[in-house]
Amino acid sequence: MKTYLPPKFLVERDMDRCIRCKVCINQCSFDTHYYDEEDDQIQSIIGNCVGCHRCMTFCPTQAITIKKNQHQYRDNYNWRPEIIEDIIKQAETGGVILTGMGDDKGQTIYWDHLVLNASQVTNPSIDPLREPMELTTYLGSKPDKIELDGERNLKTLLPPQVKLDVPIMFAGMSYGAVSLQVQESLARAATEAGTLWDTGEGGLHPSLYKYKNNTTVQVASGRFGVHPKYLDVARVVEIKIGQGAKPGIGGHLPGEKVSAEVSSTRMIPMGTDALSPAPQHDIYSIEDLSQLVYALKEAVNYSKPISVKIAAVNNSAAIAVGMVKAGADIIVLDGLRGATGAAPKIIRDNVGIPIEMALASVDSRLRKEGIRNHASLVISGGIRNSGDVAKAIALGADAVYIGTAALIALGCRLCQQCHTGKCAWGICTTDPLLSKRINPDIGSRRLVNLLHAWSIELQEMMGGMGINALESLRGNRLQLRGIGLTDSELAVLGVRMAGD
Amino acid sequence: MEQLLTVKKGNSRTTKIDVEGVYYRDLNAQLRELSSKGIQNVQLLNVYGQRYIGTNLSQPMEIEISGTPGNDLGFLMNGSKITVYGNAQDGCGNTMDDGNIVIHGHAGDILGMSARGGKIFVRDDVGYRAGIHMKEYQDKKPIIVIGGTTQDFVGEYMGGGILIILGLNLSEEKTYRAKFVGTGMHGGVIYLRGKVEQYQLGKEVGIAELEEKDYRVLHDNVNEFASYFNLEPNKILEHQFIKLFPRWLRPYGRLYTY
Repeated sequence: MKTYLPPKFLVERDMDRCIRCKVCINQCSFDTHYYDEEDDQIQSIIGNCVGCHRCMTFCPTQAITIKKNQHQYRDNYNWRPEIIEDIIKQAETGGVILTGMGDDKGQTIYWDHLVLNASQVTNPSIDPLREPMELTTYLGSKPDKIELDGERNLKTLLPPQVKLDVPIMFAGMSYGAVSLQVQESLARAATEAGTLWDTGEGGLHPSLYKYKNNTTVQVASGRFGVHPKYLDVARVVEIKIGQGAKPGIGGHLPGEKVSAEVSSTRMIPMGTDALSPAPQHDIYSIEDLSQLVYALKEAVNYSKPISVKIAAVNNSAAIAVGMVKAGADIIVLDGLRGATGAAPKIIRDNVGIPIEMALASVDSRLRKEGIRNHASLVISGGIRNSGDVAKAIALGADAVYIGTAALIALGCRLCQQCHTGKCAWGICTTDPLLSKRINPDIGSRRLVNLLHAWSIELQEMMGGMGINALESLRGNRLQLRGIGLTDSELAVLGVRMAGD
Repeated sequence: MEQLLTVKKGNSRTTKIDVEGVYYRDLNAQLRELSSKGIQNVQLLNVYGQRYIGTNLSQPMEIEISGTPGNDLGFLMNGSKITVYGNAQDGCGNTMDDGNIVIHGHAGDILGMSARGGKIFVRDDVGYRAGIHMKEYQDKKPIIVIGGTTQDFVGEYMGGGILIILGLNLSEEKTYRAKFVGTGMHGGVIYLRGKVEQYQLGKEVGIAELEEKDYRVLHDNVNEFASYFNLEPNKILEHQFIKLFPRWLRPYGRLYTY
């Protein structure tokens, strides 16, 4: 069938600059460029370009510019180009539109409607470059009270705790969704920065066992790669119930990405779609969740925190109470804008609630129930910079996960082709040649740099507020004010209007 | 918890424990302690619903259970052998890595869910979604043999392993009632004694006659099954079997568009 889809991007090549070196041809994994021998020119099939900028970035003479195809439809606010083109695609294939990365639609981003406080006159701000500041965070269940003996030593037996030097962890991205080189970059960066990375649900390659002190392992509905050794090397075990990009449906690793190595780690046939069932079939209720939480506690002999991750949905607050009562030591909320390696676009863009709202309501509800200390609260899904981190902590989070931000640090340009397995940046692929484009030496450096920069910025913001320990910012919503929000939005966020 | 006695049996010792009213956590802690001491044989008496028996033992053990063990029996088990004189509940052999479970009775739902290896033999019937999402890789291949029948969704999402359903308690009039058999299956194989109608199968499942290599696998496992329950293997094997297999490697490959 002839496709009616117009090309999304245009490739402009300055022929005076082009030296016919063919770097663009080699770098593009979507077969956009080719060499025309007769004319001694490089040409492009523009319909193939996904706008990932790989060729543009690596062109030694900056001869290439990728531009959005500016072809104009007649203006129509209702039938926008993306909507028209999705219909064309479905009319031609009859398929569910699969995509990668997070919701890119225009729902309100509440971080942009929250602003932070600073000290002026009445209490001094702190200069973090010269005075002690603390970002240390302990994840795990905290007891209601502690007892000391005569020597002032702790008598109470504490549940297992994990110490983070920065309150920013790398979100679960499975081996298969991303390459082993990406996971190694994350693992090494987490180790160097004193935080955790997360295996996602695809198991753990044995070459990464050595980063065990900084590894969270996931147990999801597909139970890929879950075995005693896997739990043994973990610092935290995370039960994945849901994911912000696709609440209510299971993981989906398209067969194109199930290579021999991925097949061995996941224990499924090569080339088959790795599908995780929508629910975990041993969890149909809070009581069942408790059963799996304690099964895993038994399996690690109560030595590691058990985390439970859900997508942020309507009843998150009530569910979170159940999760905490079910024995979760850490609960993770993944919001509407959480990303994925592959999800039906319609679900990614329409299901779930913004993380800011979920975080505020869960934190408030757990406080009301008097069980906020029983579990740490971690959020993910669209954390873009240290400002978002500071606001999340002030709204009540103990720590945040970053996924997309970490991938951007590695080179990702959000072209949303993760599900094709052809990532030209070598990130979201299992192709052995493409994967080599990520060098873990450089990748981990870039990630450590990012965490370092965000840490300094966090300290600057805290210092400005006159706060010298992250613990004092946590759940401190008085440090936040809302702008451009309705009364009911402010009420859910538990934040006052700017000027109030 | 009373450790009744330790009996010497050949080279190994059997430790008998009466666990009536013992909290599951204490029971499993004691099993772990015995395992770390190198005790290889344990008999648990009066088991009433204690969960996770056999999980996280440092050395494989042989555990005999009298009574009714609770959910997740042998969760993540890595090589132990469990024999239950009674019924097993839900989640028996959940995410099991290696080992052997023999149930002299019925088993509940999700038997052998996501198993990665090991064998499970159930004398009677099992609940819903037995063998769901079983996996295999090279020599790691879980095997489940069910003497009776199953409820719906048996072998759902199956990605590997072998599921054998014998239906020994069925007759001409009483046939398999399970529906959605093997739905979403993309690996592994189900051998079923007797027959099922097409409408009972998931749409991803094909029916075939057994080949010689299938009969070898069947023969070995039915023999082992029969040996546990004092049955005559040849009488079981002389009946007609069918083989259920995944018709496609990617059952949902054409569901999506990019």
